[in-house]
Amino acid sequence: MKLQLQGITKRFGTFTANDQIDLVVQPGEIHALLGENGAGKSTLMNVLYGLYEPTEGTILVDDAPVAFKGPGDAMAAGIGMVHQHFMLVPVLTVAENIMLGAEQTSRGMLDLRRARKLVRELSDRHHLEVDPDAKVEDLPVGIQQRVEILKALAREAKVLILDEPTAVLTPQETDHLMEVMRSLKEQGTSLVFISHKLREVREVADTITVIRRGKVVGTAEPTATAAELAALMVGRTVQLRVDKEPAQPRDVILDVDKLRVVDAAGQVLVDDISFSVRGGEIYAIAGVQGNGQTELTEAIVGLIEPASGRVVIDGEDVTEDTTYDILRAGVGYVPEDRAHDGLVSSFSIAENLVLDMHDQAPFGGRIQLNNKEIAKNAIARVEEFDVRTTSASAPASTLSGGNQQKVVLARELSRPLRLFVVSQPTRGVDVGSMEFVHKRIVAERDRGAAVLLVSTELDEVVSLADRIGVMYRGAIVGELPPTASAQEFGLLMGGQQGDTGDHDTKESA
Amino acid sequence: MSEQKAGGEPAVSTPESGSSKIETPDGGAGRLREVFRSDHPAVLTILAIVAAVVIGSILIIASDQATRTAASYFTAAPMDTFSAAWHAVSGAYVAIFEGSILNPSSLSSGDTATIFGPISETIVSATPLIFAGLSVTLAFRAGLFNIGAQGQILLAAIFAGYVGFSWHLPVVLHVIVAVLAGILGGALWAGLAGVLKAKTGAHEVITTIMLNYVALGLIQYLLGVHGFQAKPYNQAISPPVDHNALYPHLFGSALRANVAFLVAIAATVAVAWLLGRSTFGFRLRTVGANQDAARTAGISISRVYIVVMLIVGALAGLAGSAQVLGTSPQVTSDIDAGFGFDAITVSLLGRGSPIGTFWAGMLFGALRAGSVQLLASTNTPSDLVQVLQALIVLFIAAPGLVRLIFRLRRGAGGQTAVVAKGWNG
Repeated sequence: MKLQLQGITKRFGTFTANDQIDLVVQPGEIHALLGENGAGKSTLMNVLYGLYEPTEGTILVDDAPVAFKGPGDAMAAGIGMVHQHFMLVPVLTVAENIMLGAEQTSRGMLDLRRARKLVRELSDRHHLEVDPDAKVEDLPVGIQQRVEILKALAREAKVLILDEPTAVLTPQETDHLMEVMRSLKEQGTSLVFISHKLREVREVADTITVIRRGKVVGTAEPTATAAELAALMVGRTVQLRVDKEPAQPRDVILDVDKLRVVDAAGQVLVDDISFSVRGGEIYAIAGVQGNGQTELTEAIVGLIEPASGRVVIDGEDVTEDTTYDILRAGVGYVPEDRAHDGLVSSFSIAENLVLDMHDQAPFGGRIQLNNKEIAKNAIARVEEFDVRTTSASAPASTLSGGNQQKVVLARELSRPLRLFVVSQPTRGVDVGSMEFVHKRIVAERDRGAAVLLVSTELDEVVSLADRIGVMYRGAIVGELPPTASAQEFGLLMGGQQGDTGDHDTKESA
Repeated sequence: MSEQKAGGEPAVSTPESGSSKIETPDGGAGRLREVFRSDHPAVLTILAIVAAVVIGSILIIASDQATRTAASYFTAAPMDTFSAAWHAVSGAYVAIFEGSILNPSSLSSGDTATIFGPISETIVSATPLIFAGLSVTLAFRAGLFNIGAQGQILLAAIFAGYVGFSWHLPVVLHVIVAVLAGILGGALWAGLAGVLKAKTGAHEVITTIMLNYVALGLIQYLLGVHGFQAKPYNQAISPPVDHNALYPHLFGSALRANVAFLVAIAATVAVAWLLGRSTFGFRLRTVGANQDAARTAGISISRVYIVVMLIVGALAGLAGSAQVLGTSPQVTSDIDAGFGFDAITVSLLGRGSPIGTFWAGMLFGALRAGSVQLLASTNTPSDLVQVLQALIVLFIAAPGLVRLIFRLRRGAGGQTAVVAKGWNG
């Protein structure tokens, strides 16, 4: 099926989200839509999926103009969509979810057997293994995404739109998704792949269309270099490599000794981890999401209580201290889920910039806030960190992901730090801001702070870190230098112990 | 290789951040138009009141005997129906106005007590509503639902009343001590819910409702105990509060309005300061808006909950003191007069803002005062006032309905006030 968009314009009031967009998706191709957060990719796809009505322009399916009144029309025309946030019912099984909205009945009863058979057929044909009887809530994110894809395929989608599908996936799951995409393509399905990740787009796409500020600014072949694509996407040349001098490690600042975290159910999440970070170096924790990294950082900053072990900062045991005291001791903390833990979205940018310093001079004392200083600080930080906003008094919810991250970073870096704990610093951050975020992390190291970086992006870990520990099932299974090969990392991240010698390579059962 | 389709920079002049979705029409007139067309909270509130008055009119007409009689011969003399309807509607609203703000016919009498009587009555009813409304509003902002203002008012009445009738202190000092006792009573009662929430996670909606029953039981018990019950022990009522313990009158003894109203104004300012300017208020709002971010920022959520509930109870305690040390200076089991629950609607109407709560309290106070006149001078049931209150709140709670009725378009940057967040706390 050939899908064509002609002169699609979508305006919200005076804001033009899409401006005269032309796009052709040929049958059986993977067409990547590349653009920064807020460039208008999702709006365009929502127009295509019938969720928004275009202000101007036409959609053609096999050269015939169509008008979608809603997703139902789009589905009927053979367009399927896998949303960034899954549209599945967690308590239902895979088969039930796939049947939902197109229920098959026999004698007035749901025909689950047929649904199961359909799931098996489809998953065999497309190499998308899923258990049709598994409950969706019990499945890992990567498998849930498979269910979404199967759901679209079950409705006989000829064009499949994948909206930022890799944002929630581990590297392994991402690789598997790419294979699935290729196999779907071979069987004649066209795919529209929305992403801002250059590597993935170059790896899998046949054609790349770059969107910036609601306009198509160019098309490219997958052979284009990452730098070329980034420049097209951001509108200026972008440095993808992190420029940094060799580390000059000083005294040990963070010392984690046999730290163990156990959840309420008795499951060991952090398994006797020991490591130390010196001032002036970046120690990175690599690993697939969900191997205890979150709990490790939360235990270090006092958000969860470890079962045993010690956290020592600057020679002082802070294991029992509250988060408040740990932050006061010169620790900066960027949580991995900034929208959830790092920001209050209804608060102004200015308020968010003093969230954990509101009772510190000059912003406030024991009793009263100094709103003048808070406003002054906001103007300075917004300028320094290049936060793109109309006003520092705008709520944080109006910012794009990258700019929200800049606000969190600006806050944590606006006081002198001994230790900087930063989790997933560039998740959901666009290329232009990514460069900036990386520079600031390196600058903090060069100022002499100890930096603990937790990231599931191997590229990021390798380009920023001075030493890297790989976490698997709650334990650090090995340490590698940033020069190690992707293969070596892959093995460790998958739980295979490398021959890296003298580290604690204990693995939990 | 990449082939550049569009040359140069795009002409779109919006910044790339999401904030560009906010429309900012230039010029004052444009902005004013924006306010009236969008779902600006103040506009929605006023329109909700208008809609409630209109529906109230329909109910007045439907329930009016004269109009129904005239309607039975509608085809013969249609104007009779309309004039009867108009008479009923205007009569009812004029009565509410005359009972709560000003009765024009009293102007000729020249008696200040008669002229300012209605305003005074409005103030009397509004004062406890403002205190209790502020209490609910402050809890809302911390993400807590204080359904327990009633119980806190009762406890305050017990404490303030007891100090008022059994202690005998000099003038000025007595009233201050009695008010403080009331504050203490309310704060203890709400603080109990706060501690339960902070230490055990017990949901404050459940605990405050249950504490209402406990408070009611307690006051009923006390009103049968010698030392609390008034002689000759045949009525469930306490002795009258000492004259020294009463709030002084504001406009002379002929009018009931008292100094408690000035305290209510001060409390409004204090709560506004607490929320907007104080360090604790910042923590309170952070906890109310995003608990996880608050924890991550090193804020102790349980401490905030306990302190907030103490202040919340103190405010409700002021409402109880205003009752027992002013309007009805003897403790009875219905001394809360329904203010505890009306406070929730007042707070909702005030949209989580202290100033808004103040004016909402004044409005509901005026409606309460007007209902007396409504009962006295018209055939319209005074229940109309409660229906009006309910309708206003209904429309506030359903802004979509107001937008539909008045054909407002959804404002691009219109913020909806976060008032009802407490259930997930």
